[in-house]
Amino acid sequence: MRKLSLAGLFNPAQVFSFRGGIHPETRKHSSECAIEDMPVPSLIRVPLQQHIGVEAEPIVKRDDLVLKGQLIGKARGPVSANIHAPTSGRVIAVGHFTAPHPSGLPVPTITIRPDGKDEWGPRLPRLRPENATPEEIAAKVAEAGIVGMGGATFPSAVKLNLRAKYELHTLVINGAECEPYLTCDDRLMRERPEEIADGIAIMARALGVKQIIVAIESNKPQAIEAMGRHNRALGYELRIKTVPTQYPMGSEKHLVKTLTGRETPARALTAELGIVVHNAATAHAVHLAVRYGEPSISRVVTVSGRGIARPANVRTLIGTPVAELLAHCGGLVEEPERMLLGGPMMGLPIQNPRVPIVKGTNGILALTRSETRDRDIMPCIRCGLCVQACPLGLTPFELNARIQASDLDGAARVGLLDCITCGCCSYTCPSNIPLVQTIHFAKGKLAEQESRKHQQEQAKRLAAARTAREEAIAEAKRAAMAKRKAEMAAKKQREAEAAKDAREGEAVK
Amino acid sequence: MLYAVTSMTALGLGLGLLLGLAARKFHVETPPIVDEIEALLPGTNCGQCGYPGCRAGAEALAEGAAPVTLCPPGGREVALQLAEIAPPECGGGAADIGGMEEAEPMVAFIFEDHCTGCTKCFKRCPTDAIVGANKQIHTVIVDACIGCDACIEVCPTEAIIHRTKPRTLRNWYWEKPDQFSVEGEMRQSA
Amino acid sequence: MTAPLLASAPHTHSRFNVSRTMIAVMVCLSPATAFGLYHFGWPAIFLFLVTIAASLLFEVLSLAIAGKPIFRFATDGSAVLTGWILALTLPPWAPWWVGVTGAAIAIVIGKHVFGGLGQNLFNPAMVARAMLLVALPVEMTTWVAPLVGPDGHTGPGFLESLAITFGGGAQFDAVSSASALSQVKSQLDAGLPMERILAQMGSLQDQFYGFVPGSLGETSALLLLAGGLCLILLRIITVVIPLSVLGSVFLLAGAAWLIAPDQFPPPQFHLVSGSVMFCAFFIATDYVTSPVTGMGKMIYGIGIGALIFVIRSWGAFPEGVAFAVLLMNACTPLIDEYVRPRIFGRTRSGKPLDLGEKA
Repeated sequence: MRKLSLAGLFNPAQVFSFRGGIHPETRKHSSECAIEDMPVPSLIRVPLQQHIGVEAEPIVKRDDLVLKGQLIGKARGPVSANIHAPTSGRVIAVGHFTAPHPSGLPVPTITIRPDGKDEWGPRLPRLRPENATPEEIAAKVAEAGIVGMGGATFPSAVKLNLRAKYELHTLVINGAECEPYLTCDDRLMRERPEEIADGIAIMARALGVKQIIVAIESNKPQAIEAMGRHNRALGYELRIKTVPTQYPMGSEKHLVKTLTGRETPARALTAELGIVVHNAATAHAVHLAVRYGEPSISRVVTVSGRGIARPANVRTLIGTPVAELLAHCGGLVEEPERMLLGGPMMGLPIQNPRVPIVKGTNGILALTRSETRDRDIMPCIRCGLCVQACPLGLTPFELNARIQASDLDGAARVGLLDCITCGCCSYTCPSNIPLVQTIHFAKGKLAEQESRKHQQEQAKRLAAARTAREEAIAEAKRAAMAKRKAEMAAKKQREAEAAKDAREGEAVK
Repeated sequence: MLYAVTSMTALGLGLGLLLGLAARKFHVETPPIVDEIEALLPGTNCGQCGYPGCRAGAEALAEGAAPVTLCPPGGREVALQLAEIAPPECGGGAADIGGMEEAEPMVAFIFEDHCTGCTKCFKRCPTDAIVGANKQIHTVIVDACIGCDACIEVCPTEAIIHRTKPRTLRNWYWEKPDQFSVEGEMRQSA
Repeated sequence: MTAPLLASAPHTHSRFNVSRTMIAVMVCLSPATAFGLYHFGWPAIFLFLVTIAASLLFEVLSLAIAGKPIFRFATDGSAVLTGWILALTLPPWAPWWVGVTGAAIAIVIGKHVFGGLGQNLFNPAMVARAMLLVALPVEMTTWVAPLVGPDGHTGPGFLESLAITFGGGAQFDAVSSASALSQVKSQLDAGLPMERILAQMGSLQDQFYGFVPGSLGETSALLLLAGGLCLILLRIITVVIPLSVLGSVFLLAGAAWLIAPDQFPPPQFHLVSGSVMFCAFFIATDYVTSPVTGMGKMIYGIGIGALIFVIRSWGAFPEGVAFAVLLMNACTPLIDEYVRPRIFGRTRSGKPLDLGEKA
């Protein structure tokens, strides 16, 4: 039962199922474009860090020949993911390349020159999910290098193994796709509902849950209908639920609240409520891995925005340079104001179109000025629209004021660390204040301060250890010296006594 | 009139006496501040403050001979923390700390081409941040380096320089946006 | 080729912005303003224009002194709106220097001294009005009966009005009259019972439509109510503050009237007289000086309503709106500090939710 707040009743902006959120124009220009395949690009650049966690370790060298699907990067530790060659070819570099990230910093990358044959290597051994144990399924998902394809890129096997730590009862499939422009999940659900349903059921088996809910926003009626036709797989029944079209419905905690009315406690996982959320495209990847032994080497990417000649949904290989994808869609018609990887609300801006697509890239947007609506920044007028829009119940204007005054600890006290940087506040701010950037800055700065403090403590310990070590060495030296002195003294004394004895013996004689 | 004067005087004297006695009797001993100061300092005894070791620096600060900005490796954060607990006569009000801008943490970097493997630097490093053996090229472990410059001073081939700690994808973050970009443009690079 | 911009997400924006808000408020104020200007004739029009012009002038001067970009800030509409609202609270035939002084106080002292747009603690128009009221009691309480009667418009002509506004202005005792509130107060002090007082004045309907003496813009409760409802429908303001202000005035006045009908006017009288309507929709709802959360707005609104009633009934001034608003403005930071929304996943006190606990 949801508690109705009295003030909320009168608030015209709040007609949603969770507090806050916004209704941006959905701009799904590519929703009627069927998924198209792309020819193999001329160059493939596979970053070894495409996921949350530790980067993978390269296991190929320069000039190695690789086949499609071959393991080229090994997961390092439990929270990491395998990397596979997206196509056959020759490894021409194992080094660093610009990351698909606004910083432009380098990331370890394996560069492959495709030979054009696109020849598969040996696939992963397939699994029959009806006979497999949950651990085997999770291991297969890990072997295939599958990570969350909604953009978060958390290693999916780790999420599937949550059954060991929590009592789970429901798998929720996130088909919300709440960001404007993006339609890749929508098209995938419309065109491959049976495969997705199969993947979902496999994941449910891996999690050990009985209940499955597939949540789709109301602006995707065909996807709802398609999934509705294929709502049975492996003996499970998938309940297809329509959720309101609203941003950020795709945020897993808010999706869970919309579906069940329960709020996940702060800092906790939804698994504590017994629910695990996975993206619909991830389910499709699981299907391909378990049934066909295909590792995670391709994904559907939405290319959209007024700056692009032909919006499309393209199934492309991981590692395809953005420039080639743009060229496939007819190129840029005008200089974009922003080039984004992802959606407009939380996407990453890039400047260099040679960066590659990675597992979490669900969209490439070329936005023009009319779409970004950049305006001059004005001072905060305390209108409170950001407070109304925030789905977390924070006060972004106050966070902004505190951070601008360099009071980061004060900002942390009023909820800075709970912010999911969804962008609702910046979107609504009538003064065009870059609230989210300020919050990103503050979070990064606080993390840096923490790490600096940590480092100083570590330096203290190192210095103390060094001093202790040197003292121990000095002490050992002194002890050795003292021992030698004592030995020498004892030796001298014995010699003296022996000499004395000898003299006495002589005297006696 | 006389009555008023005498009574007020007596009152003043009496109360003043009481206050004096109370000040003596209930006097609170301040704990030794040198220990607290030393706890805030990095403890690496690098000597950059000009005093032989962190303890000596702490004593100087407690006496008021050194400003709160005395510790370069500690940077602005340590200066702020010291300012909170150090006695006020230690100089270094807000103005001095403001002079210590947010310096990027500096770390040492060894040019491998110039390194002869003489091992002089790693013997000097207070945090064992340099690895290398005799006749082997040495290198700096960036996470352990506190930027104290001890190694730079002893290197015979001047193979070591100071540079800002390299930014990685893991520790990168957006810049603080300007409150009002007067030119009307929001263009800012990361 | 200019590279695409590197700035943090989000990369799109809603259509809402400050100028739109200001323009919407001005549009919703226009009916009541036009009514007032028509009813009080040319002197009112001059005063109105002078006040707004003075506001803009002082805004530009202050921006220049503060070193802020003049064009961008002067054209956002906030200075014009402040001047407009201030003009509407002035007696319609006040001399021009009252308007200019008010504008100076409002823009310079009420807004820029605090830091400019968005930084002021008190509502600038109310600061100006309160100061003028206290400093110029005569000019600020000289009301004029509406000039539109059965004989058509009987107001002074163009040149005569120039003399009134820009000249001496004082020779119009023939048409000056007391506003409803001041009449009630003075007669109550004289000892008359409420029914007699009310019988002497115009009907409540006249009050509602605005055919009574009063400030330039506060006479027509009907048009103000209509404008206010438009603002709510346009989503510029929420319904919380107007409802709280009017509701608390009504309830308190009603309770008092039921207890002692001799001493207190009926609650509907309170609602249509003076500037309660104006305050509820256009002054108390000012973004900068009101709390940000819904609950905070309600507390604020109730406070204003209660204070209006108290000052009107027992205070020295017949109209308590300006002081009520200023007093509650002072409470806004306190309200904002303690009345916060509940963070998702946490209890009201900030701790993470216990499993099994529903917020």
